[in-house]
Amino acid sequence: MAQQAYELKVQIKNADGLHMRPAMQFVDLAGTFVSKIQVSNGETTVDAKSIMQMTMLAATCGSHLTIRAEGPDAKQAVESLRDLVERQLFGEAAKAAGDTREDG
Amino acid sequence: MEIRKGIAVSPGIAVARAIVIDSKDYRIPRRAILSSQGTDEIRRAEEAFDGAIRRLNALENRQSVDKSSIKDIFAVHRRFLEDPSFRRRITGFIEQELVTAEYAVSTILHEIAAHFASVEDPYISERAADIYDIQKRLLTELLGKVAESVDHLNEEVVVIAHNLTPTQTAGFNKTYVRGFATEAGGRTSHTAILARSLGIPAVVALEDITAQVTASSKVIIDGNRGVVVIEPDEATIQEYREYADNLHQFETRLGALRDKPAETRDAERITLLGNIEFPDEAVHVKHKGGDGIGLYRTEFLYLYSGSEPAEQDHYEAYAETIRAFQGKPVVIRTMDLGADKLPTAHGHPPEANPVLGLRSIRYCLEHLSLFKTQLRAILRASVLGDVRIMFPLITNLQELRQARMILRDVMEDLDEYAIPYNPTIQVGIMIETPSAALTASLLAIDSDFFSIGTNDLIQYTLAVDRGNEHVSSLYAFADPAVLSLIRSVIHDANKAKIGLSVCGEIASEPEYIMLLLGMGIRTLSLAPPMIPEVKQIIRSVSIEECNHLARKVATMDSQRQIKNYVRDAAMKIIPEAF
Repeated sequence: MAQQAYELKVQIKNADGLHMRPAMQFVDLAGTFVSKIQVSNGETTVDAKSIMQMTMLAATCGSHLTIRAEGPDAKQAVESLRDLVERQLFGEAAKAAGDTREDG
Repeated sequence: MEIRKGIAVSPGIAVARAIVIDSKDYRIPRRAILSSQGTDEIRRAEEAFDGAIRRLNALENRQSVDKSSIKDIFAVHRRFLEDPSFRRRITGFIEQELVTAEYAVSTILHEIAAHFASVEDPYISERAADIYDIQKRLLTELLGKVAESVDHLNEEVVVIAHNLTPTQTAGFNKTYVRGFATEAGGRTSHTAILARSLGIPAVVALEDITAQVTASSKVIIDGNRGVVVIEPDEATIQEYREYADNLHQFETRLGALRDKPAETRDAERITLLGNIEFPDEAVHVKHKGGDGIGLYRTEFLYLYSGSEPAEQDHYEAYAETIRAFQGKPVVIRTMDLGADKLPTAHGHPPEANPVLGLRSIRYCLEHLSLFKTQLRAILRASVLGDVRIMFPLITNLQELRQARMILRDVMEDLDEYAIPYNPTIQVGIMIETPSAALTASLLAIDSDFFSIGTNDLIQYTLAVDRGNEHVSSLYAFADPAVLSLIRSVIHDANKAKIGLSVCGEIASEPEYIMLLLGMGIRTLSLAPPMIPEVKQIIRSVSIEECNHLARKVATMDSQRQIKNYVRDAAMKIIPEAF
C-alpha cells in the first residue's frame, strides 16, 4: 500500500467554532478514510477520528489548525476535511465580515 | 475490623455480606477495589458504555424526537460513547488507580468538563453541559445496574448507601435484604421508615461509610445501638450472635401478646393500626396483632413503574389489602409525592425548595386526571370493606374543600356508569403543617377524622430538614412548640367529635407512648414490627399515670428536660424495652 503524508493549514470560519456538532461532522468525515489523520493547533496534536480529542482542542472561530494525514488516501482526506471546515463551514453561519478573530 | 457509630433508626441485628449502592447525585466516593476486581470494573464500564449507546439509539428512533437539533445532541453523545480513546481513558484510569467504574466515570468526565469550562469562548465553555449529560448517562447505567443487582439477589445481604430513595428501594428484592446502613438520613428518612416496616435493622448518619465498605465485605449492623462493624473478627461475630439470640427471645415473649387487647391497666382500650408502604406488608400488620391499617402510603404505585399507574393498578393494590382486613379500617392516603420525586412529572422545572413546593395534595389539585384516577380506584374499592380516604399536606380549608369537591365529581362519574361505591366513605386529613394544626377547628368542619403526621409537623414547625444529619439534633417531637400544637389539635378534634390518630414515627417510640396517651390520643398507627412492643407498654400503664406525666410535661420548657423525663418514666414501667 502506498504510504504518503499530506498536510494543510486551515482556519475555523464558522462563528461558533469547533463545538460539538461540527466536531462530530469532522470526526465522521475523518472516519471514512483509512489514513491516520491528526489535527494540531500548534500546542496539542490530536487524533482526528476521536470526538473527545477533537472537541478538547477547543478551536474557536479564527483558530488555525494543521490537518495531517498519513496513508493511501491522505491527500483526499485532508482536502475533504478542509472543504468541510473552510467552504461548507459545517453548514453553519460565518462570522460577520470584519469580525474574524485571529488566534494567539 | 472497624467499628462505626451512627444513629440507630430501626432495631435488630444483621450479619451479612455488603452491597454498596453509590449515590445518584454524583457525589461518588473514591472507592478502592482490589487488583483482582479490576477486570470486573472494566467490564462494568464497558457494559455501561454499550448500555448507554443502546438507550440513545432507542431515544433517537422515537417518533417524538423529530427536532434535528435534539437528534444532533444524541448523536454527539453517542459518538463520545463510541470513541475508543474516550473509553480507553476511563478503563485505563480504573486499571491504574484501582477504583470503581463509577468513580472513574465521574472523575474523567469532570476533568473533560472542567477543560471546556476553562475555555474563554462561550460557545465552547457551554459544552461542559454536554459532558455532564454524558456522565449522567453512564452513571445511570452503572448505578441502575446495582439497583438491579439488589433486585436479583440470591443470598442475604446488607445494603450500604449514601441515602436510599423510594425509587431505589421500590425495586429491591426484600426477602434477601437483612439491613441498611446509610450516610445520610435521620429517624424519619425513607431508609428508616422502610427498614422499620420490613422489620430489619438500619443505622444512618454514618459519614463516608460507602467509601469504607468494599463490596462483599462482611458487615454487622446493630440497629439497637446504632453501630456498624466492618469486617468483624470471629469473637465479635460470636458476641453479636448471642446478643441477637437474646433479642429474639424478647420478641418471642412479645409475640405472646398478639391476641391480647391493647388495654391499659385501668381498662382503657387503645386502637393500634399499622402504617404500610407496600401491600404485602399488610400481612405483617395482621401477624403482629394490628387492628387495621391507619396509613396506607400509596407512593410505591407511582415509583415502581416508569409510567403513571392505571386505575386498575391502584384498585388491585387496594383490594388485596382491604380483603385481608375484613371489617377493619383501611385508611388510604392519596399521593404524597413532590414533582421532584415523581418519575412521570415532566415539564416541571427543578424547585429551589421542593419541601415547600408543588407536592402532595397541591400537585394532585393541579393534575386532576392523576388525582381522579386514584380517587376512582379508592371509591371502587370502598365496597370491599371499611375504606377511608386521607388527604396529605392540607394547609387550609380551601384545599380540603377543593379536594372534597373533586371526590364528589368522581362519585358522580361513578353514578353515571352505575359503578358501586360507598357514598358515606369517611374522608379525613393529615395534620402535618403548622397552619393545619392552628386552624384545626375550621378543618374539623369538613373532616371525618384527623391523623397527626408528626414527621412533617415537626419538620415544618421547627424549620428542620429531617434528613439533614447536621441539624437532626434540633428535630424533636418533645419540643414544647410541637407539643403545644398537638395539644390544640387534640382539643379541637375532641370538641368537633371527629376521629383522631397519630401516624408519625413517634407512635412507635416506646418512650413517648405514655405522653401520647396522657395528652388524649387513643389511636396510634405505627410500623408493624413495633406493634407488640407498644402494646406491651400500653398494657403496663394506667391512663391515670399517663395523664399525670402529660400534665408534668406541660409545665416543662425544654425538649431535653421533656425527653429525659418521659424516658425515665417509661424505663421505670418497662425496663426491658430499653
